[in-house]
Amino acid sequence: MSATTAPAWTKTRQQPGALARLFDNKAFLIIVCLAPAVGLLMTFLTYPLGLGIWLAFTDTTIGRAGIWVGLENFEYLMGDPIFLNSVFYSVFYTAVATVGKFGLGLWLALLLNQHLPMKSLLRAIILLPWIVPTVLSAIAFWWIYDPQFSILSYLSMKMGLTEGPIDFINTAWPARWSLIFANIWRGIPFVAISLLAGLQTISPSLYEAALLDGATPWQRFRHITFPMLMPILAIVMTFSIIFTFTDFQLVYAITRGGPVNSTHLMATLAFQRGIPGGQLGEGAAIAVAMIPFLVFATLFSYFGLARRKWQQGESND
Amino acid sequence: MATVSVRQAKKVFGSTKILHGVDVEIADGEFVVLVGPSGCGKSTLLRMIAGLENISGGEIAIGGRVVNNVPPKDRDIAMVFQNYALYPHMTVRENMAFSMKLAKAPASVMEEEVNRAAKILGLDALLDRYPRQLSGGQRQRVAMGRAIVRHPQVFLFDEPLSNLDAKLRVQMRSEIKELQQRLATTTIYVTHDQIEAMTMADQIVVMNGGRIEQAGAPLALYDRPANLFVAGFIGSPAMNLLPGRIADGGFRTDGGALLPLPPGTSGNAATYGIRPEHLMLADDGVEGTIVIVEPTGSETQVTLRIGETQIIGAFRERVQGRPGDPLRVMPDLSLVHLFGPDGNRLS
Repeated sequence: MSATTAPAWTKTRQQPGALARLFDNKAFLIIVCLAPAVGLLMTFLTYPLGLGIWLAFTDTTIGRAGIWVGLENFEYLMGDPIFLNSVFYSVFYTAVATVGKFGLGLWLALLLNQHLPMKSLLRAIILLPWIVPTVLSAIAFWWIYDPQFSILSYLSMKMGLTEGPIDFINTAWPARWSLIFANIWRGIPFVAISLLAGLQTISPSLYEAALLDGATPWQRFRHITFPMLMPILAIVMTFSIIFTFTDFQLVYAITRGGPVNSTHLMATLAFQRGIPGGQLGEGAAIAVAMIPFLVFATLFSYFGLARRKWQQGESND
Repeated sequence: MATVSVRQAKKVFGSTKILHGVDVEIADGEFVVLVGPSGCGKSTLLRMIAGLENISGGEIAIGGRVVNNVPPKDRDIAMVFQNYALYPHMTVRENMAFSMKLAKAPASVMEEEVNRAAKILGLDALLDRYPRQLSGGQRQRVAMGRAIVRHPQVFLFDEPLSNLDAKLRVQMRSEIKELQQRLATTTIYVTHDQIEAMTMADQIVVMNGGRIEQAGAPLALYDRPANLFVAGFIGSPAMNLLPGRIADGGFRTDGGALLPLPPGTSGNAATYGIRPEHLMLADDGVEGTIVIVEPTGSETQVTLRIGETQIIGAFRERVQGRPGDPLRVMPDLSLVHLFGPDGNRLS
C-alpha cells in the first residue's frame, strides 16, 4: 500500500463509429437477422410451391413452356377415372393405415410402458422399421410380396396352408391391402414411441388415486390414460395423416401404381403424369388437388382433438 | 370408522429392508401421525395400509379384518396424496364424483354427496373449474373432498401440506384437524414436520430407520421422550443434548461445563437433555458467554457457550446482551432428561 493517491481519472465518452450505429438501428437489425431464414424459405419452399400451383393452371409439358389454361386441367381430371381412383385410394389408404397404426401403436406403447425386462433394448428394436430408409424397406417388402420368390408364399405352401403362391400384388385389391400393411409396419414405431413419451408424462399417482377410487384396468385406461393422452395423440395423428396421405416411396417402389393403376396414390400419379409422362401441368394439378385434403385433415385433428379446456391457462370460462 | 392394527409389518424391496416389523394400534376415530425423517419408512407404511404396496411380512387389519390380500378399492379407505393427484381433465365436481361414477351410483346421490362435501370444504363456487384453475390450497381441499364423498372407514394423508407455502400450511393444518374432529373418522397422517405432528395428532408414532422409536400422545412424547432420537426430534428449537458424565456433584459435560442435577440422581447418565424453553435466567445459575441472540418477538433465543459446550436457551424475557457478554442460566431441575449410554431414557 503506497500513500500516494491515484490521479483523478475521468472517462471520456466516445462517439460510436458509423458501423456501430448502423448495428444499433433496429430496422437494419431485423432485416439482417431475418434475411437468411426468409431467403431459404423463399427459395426452397415458397418458390417451388408457387411454381407448382402456377403450373397447375397451365398446359406446360416437358420441353415446352405452357400457357394459362385456367381450370382446364382440373376439369379434365374430374372426368379421369384413373385420377378419381387415385383420390379414392389415397383416402382409403390413409384411413385404414391410420387406424391400423394407431391401434397397434397405442397397444405397443401401453405394453412398453409396463415394467418389462430389457425395456430399453425392446424400445430400440421397436424403432428399427422407422430408421431403415423407406426405399430399403420398400424393396424388402417388394421381395416379400414377389409373385415367385415370396417367403410368405413359400412358408404357407410348406405348411400346406395354400396350394400355390399367394397373390400379393398382382391384382387390385390384394395389392392395395399389401401396400397398406407395409405402410402400417413402417408407421407403427413413430406412433408407438411418441405415444410412449406421452404415457410417461402421466403421473403414476393418478393411477394410484384411480385404483383407490375403484377403477378397473379398463376404466383406468378409459378415464385416465386416454383423455390424458389425447393432446399428444392429436398432434401425432395430424403428422401421421399428412405423411401417409402424401406417401410416395413405398407405393412407387413396390407397385409403381400398378397393377393397371389400381394402387396409384395422388402423389405417385402426379409424379407419373408429370415427369415420366411429361405432362407437367397435369401432374401439378394433381398435386395441387391434394392440398384441400391436407388442410382439412390438419384442421380436423387440430380443432377436433387437440384443444382441451383443461389444458388451457388460468382463465375461468 | 374403524380401528387399524399393524402387527409386525415388514417391507423389503429386493435386498433392502425398509420396515423391520412395525406394530401400531390405532383406535376408532383416532388421529394418528406417522412422523420421522425422510427414508424412515413412514410413507411406505401408509402405502401398505392403502394397499399400494404389498406387505412383505406381518399383517394389517382394518376394522378387525386382515387386509393383506384385499385390493385397495375394497379396503374402504381414502387417500390424499402429496401432489393431490387430481385428475386434470375433470372438473372439481367430476373429480369428487369419480369414485361414485365408477360404482355406478345414481346421479341424485352423486349430486348430493358432492354438494355436501363442497359445503364442508367451501368449494361450492369452484365445482365447475378444472384443477389447473385452482390455487394450491383449493386443490388440497378438492383432494380432501374426493376422500370425504366416499365415507371411508379410514382417511390416509401422505404429506398433504408439503406443497403449500408456510402460511397456508398453518391454515390447512387446522382445517384438516377440524374436519377430522367433525367427521370423527380414523385418520393416519404422514409428515416429516414435527410441528404438524404435535399440533394435529391424538397419537404420534415417531419412526426412524424402519423402526418405531416411540408412540404416544404428543405431550407425553414431549415430556418423556423415550430415547435420544425422540428427544432430539420432538420440540422446536430442539432439545439441548449434552454428552458427559455424572461427576463433581453435578453433570460434567464433555465440553467442561458443570450442570446441576435433580436431587437424588445417581447412575450412569451419559447424556444430559434440557429443552431451551426450560432454561431460566437466574443470578445463581451457571455462567456462560453469549454467542448469538435471536429475538423472535414472543421470545428470545440465545446461544450460550459454557466451557466448550454450546447450549441454546429460549426465554420469555427480552435478553439484552451482545456476543461475548456473560449470562447466567439455570435449568428447571424437574424438567431435566437423562439418557444412558445406550441412548435410552433413565427414569
